[in-house]
Amino acid sequence: MRQFLLFFSIILVGLLFISRLFYLQVYTSNEHNLFEDNAIRKVYDYPKRGFVYDRNGELLVANQPSYDVMVIPREVEPLDTLEFCSLLKINKAQFIKSYNKARHYSPRLPSVFVSHLSKEDYAVLQEKMRKFRGFYIQKRSLRNYETTIGANVLGFIAEANQSIIEKTPYYKMGDLIGKQGVELSYEKELRGTKGIKFIQKDRFNRNIGPYKNGKFDTIPEEGKDITITIDAKLQAYGELLMQNKRGGIVAIEPATGEILSLVSAPTYNPNLLVGRKRSKNYTKLYNDTISTPLIDRGLLRMHEPGSPFKALVALAALQENAITPSTSIYCTGAYHYGGRKPMGCHCGGGRRELNMGIAKSCNSYFANAFRKTIDGQGDAKKALDTWSKHIKSFGLGNYLGYDLPIGKRGNIPDAAYYNKWYPDFNWGATTIISNAIGQGEVLVTPIQLANMTAAIANRGYYYTPHIIKNIENDTLDSKYTVAKHTSIDKQHFEPVVQGLFDVYNKGTAQFLRVPGIEICGKTGTAENFTKIDSVRTQLTDHSIFIAFAPKDNPKIAIAVFVENGYYGARWAGRITSLMIEKYLKGEVTLKHMEKLVLEKSLEEEYAKPYSGKPFRINY
Amino acid sequence: MLRESHKHFRFDWITIILFLLLIAFGWLNILSASHSGTTIDYFDISQPFGKQLIFIFLTFGLIILLLSIDAKFYERFSSVIYIASMLSLVGLFIFGKNVNGATSWYAIGSMTLQPSEFAKAATALAVAKYISDLNTNINNIKNQIQVFIIIIIPAILVLLQNDTGSTIVYGAFFFVLFREGLPKYYLFIGVSLILLSVLSLKFGITITSIITILLVIGSNFLSKKKPKILQSIFVVIVAISISFGIKFFYESILKPHQQDRISLWLRLEKDPDKLKQMKQTFAYNLNESEKAISSGGFFGRGFMEGTRTTGKFVPEQHTDYIFSTVGEEWGFLGSAFVVIIFVLLLLRILHLAELQKSQFSRVYGYGVASIIFIHFLINIGMVMGLIPTIGIPLPLFSYGGSGLWAFTILIFIFIKLDSNRINEW
Repeated sequence: MRQFLLFFSIILVGLLFISRLFYLQVYTSNEHNLFEDNAIRKVYDYPKRGFVYDRNGELLVANQPSYDVMVIPREVEPLDTLEFCSLLKINKAQFIKSYNKARHYSPRLPSVFVSHLSKEDYAVLQEKMRKFRGFYIQKRSLRNYETTIGANVLGFIAEANQSIIEKTPYYKMGDLIGKQGVELSYEKELRGTKGIKFIQKDRFNRNIGPYKNGKFDTIPEEGKDITITIDAKLQAYGELLMQNKRGGIVAIEPATGEILSLVSAPTYNPNLLVGRKRSKNYTKLYNDTISTPLIDRGLLRMHEPGSPFKALVALAALQENAITPSTSIYCTGAYHYGGRKPMGCHCGGGRRELNMGIAKSCNSYFANAFRKTIDGQGDAKKALDTWSKHIKSFGLGNYLGYDLPIGKRGNIPDAAYYNKWYPDFNWGATTIISNAIGQGEVLVTPIQLANMTAAIANRGYYYTPHIIKNIENDTLDSKYTVAKHTSIDKQHFEPVVQGLFDVYNKGTAQFLRVPGIEICGKTGTAENFTKIDSVRTQLTDHSIFIAFAPKDNPKIAIAVFVENGYYGARWAGRITSLMIEKYLKGEVTLKHMEKLVLEKSLEEEYAKPYSGKPFRINY
Repeated sequence: MLRESHKHFRFDWITIILFLLLIAFGWLNILSASHSGTTIDYFDISQPFGKQLIFIFLTFGLIILLLSIDAKFYERFSSVIYIASMLSLVGLFIFGKNVNGATSWYAIGSMTLQPSEFAKAATALAVAKYISDLNTNINNIKNQIQVFIIIIIPAILVLLQNDTGSTIVYGAFFFVLFREGLPKYYLFIGVSLILLSVLSLKFGITITSIITILLVIGSNFLSKKKPKILQSIFVVIVAISISFGIKFFYESILKPHQQDRISLWLRLEKDPDKLKQMKQTFAYNLNESEKAISSGGFFGRGFMEGTRTTGKFVPEQHTDYIFSTVGEEWGFLGSAFVVIIFVLLLLRILHLAELQKSQFSRVYGYGVASIIFIHFLINIGMVMGLIPTIGIPLPLFSYGGSGLWAFTILIFIFIKLDSNRINEW
């Protein structure tokens, strides 16, 4: 038996070793990842981010170099913190906070220690950097705005946050990523692809040469320049007109769906969100919950469309043969239906057929047309669904599919919608009559209004609105070049277009005419309410206007929305005329109107609900 | 002529092939662990891999020499070899060169020679000679003491030169003596001592005492004989005294760096700052070597592809930590292969030893297997963090001419003895 002691010991040790190897190399081992390997240093080479040009080739966004101090916590060795802090212009507390944050993120991976050094600070620091082990300087490219307009369209770039880094391995701590506007929509095209060098380190953290002779290294691929559909001059003019007001302007080229301008007011200077002051400024803008400059009202502000919606009500009624262009009613200044309070009308009264109904914006006429569309067909539910389908074919009630990252669906009610509201199914045209005049349950955003206008201008189709005009060495998504047709037959558009044209000739917008340009448009005035100390309080009406011009072969379709601007023609209408003249003529001759708009401030109006005192509206 | 050539094939080729496999694979890993830059001059003798290649070539000359000497020579001259070897160890105190705190080298020109490596083979010969003497009876306490002295002399000499690792290797002869009839209670005492040491250091004296008492009472109950109360009390008292002794030995006799190694191994150290400091000093090697092995995964990173090996993250990687290169670059497959080759080599030698007709050959063969086994156990165990850090090389694998030649001598004397066993018939 004695011979077996060593024999079994050898076998036992052999098995023990193989189990230990199995544990170390198979059971607990992770798949090898060069990025996680701390024997390999990763050096990134960031490419030029693509420039952004406006439709006329004007440079809007370029780049400027920026230097970040990065830290890899486990490689940090005791250092002269006093000197280091003074070089970085930070204090000891900030040093400790940044260091702990970096270590908390990962002791192995690099984090940003101090971002966006100025060129001067960088020059001083660079010479002394060798003394501070574990720290290094990463060059990046920041945005340099050549303009002060279009912040909402251009968007901004900022450091990728942790959830993005986890989802998309391309991004590392400290990388910049588009966060809003075209910077976000066209992030992939603009950013290019960063290059990476893998460098073999030794245990003293010295570089000993490229890993595998640079086999895995990549060279950076430059970001592509993009041209956007915005007309910088028109955009600037729109922003100027909207100063001291809140709301949005959306202008679209009907023949292409290109967004000529997308104004949101109030806005901010895009240069505020660049560099070391970015985060302070961003917080300030973000915390302004009253005027919300970061919210793009052109895309996000849902509201009742008001009278411009009547154009669609008319088209749907024509399509369903509920009315003909010559169908007439007699308006008594109010529309009576059932036993309810009658719907008021400001058209002045008299005999109204389609043309004058639109021109004078007669509520009674459209209440009648709507009622005939819904109730005249027998089954109100089926009829409402058909009506809803027609309206939605103008791009309302759902996301439009444009290439900006934010949006709202709006709302176009159908039968199911009211069945939920009235569970006993006891509803009919009169129950929902407010929709006839663009109030009630209909909700739209300014860009949806502008797109709807473009569809009317084109007499029955539209192109999905988009902000991208051209990508360097690339083609556009086909969804922006294929027309989308509405469900209204072409012949029904002419009488409606004529009505919209007569708005300027004999209707509500006679004083808004622009010499030499045939404009079709529609005023809109939307009642609105807020809660003050939980009491529902009416505020001054929103001023809304839609228009396209010229009447034939239209070049621009526009929707303007001015919060609490009172009646449609008052501010939205004036702004519309000025925008159209500016775009079509390149200059503005309506100097008096321009002066009026520029000098008007609605700040007093916006302050009313917060004043704590009773106030007057609509005067 | 015919008889002569036939004789060559009586060498045990299995052992020789396993030996060659280890040397060849070992050299590839030394190359990977010690090369730098992209172009490799294999004979660049300023680099470890170049030197080792020359050592390997010289080894073949040594093998021819060892195999051509008459087998009887080794038995007859074992005492002389032993005495010469001991003198070479003593000589170190006067002429030795200090490297890394151990005075274990003779400097000859630019080369160094480590006599302690050769002393293992000499001691194996001496022990074999002593035990195979007809007058020796291993059950006789006097003979036990004498063989113990033969073993302890080189052990103490290397300990005095600060080479603790080599001292522990002499513990290998326990397997030899046990095989040759050393009373069984030695095994019992040996195993008990190891268990007591680990228990008292890990759990303290009180818990160790309680466990001992429970075990003694338990064994009395299980035994069908009448309980031996006095004897049991004696055993318990001795165990507790030993426990105290070990604690004293650990705290007062061991040097701080040796204490640290043990406390890290037994996970005694709880203070995070101290642990961090350990990880930056001696445990750094262990930490890096475990990481290198883990990063190899199942298939390994590929020859010369290991980033930790290339970056020289594991200090002493081409010598004591060579196995971590295998781990990183050859993965689980390669590492398990090396373990299996070692196990096969050991079992082959053991098997051949049992076949020997002469007791001298058998005892010597056992000595060879035991010495290689202890190296294998301690080195790979250490590199994988299974046992405390003890610096001894991995036989035939680690960089170093003395070690390579000493193991070649150790193994090929046995191959020669084995080839001669038919002649003895």
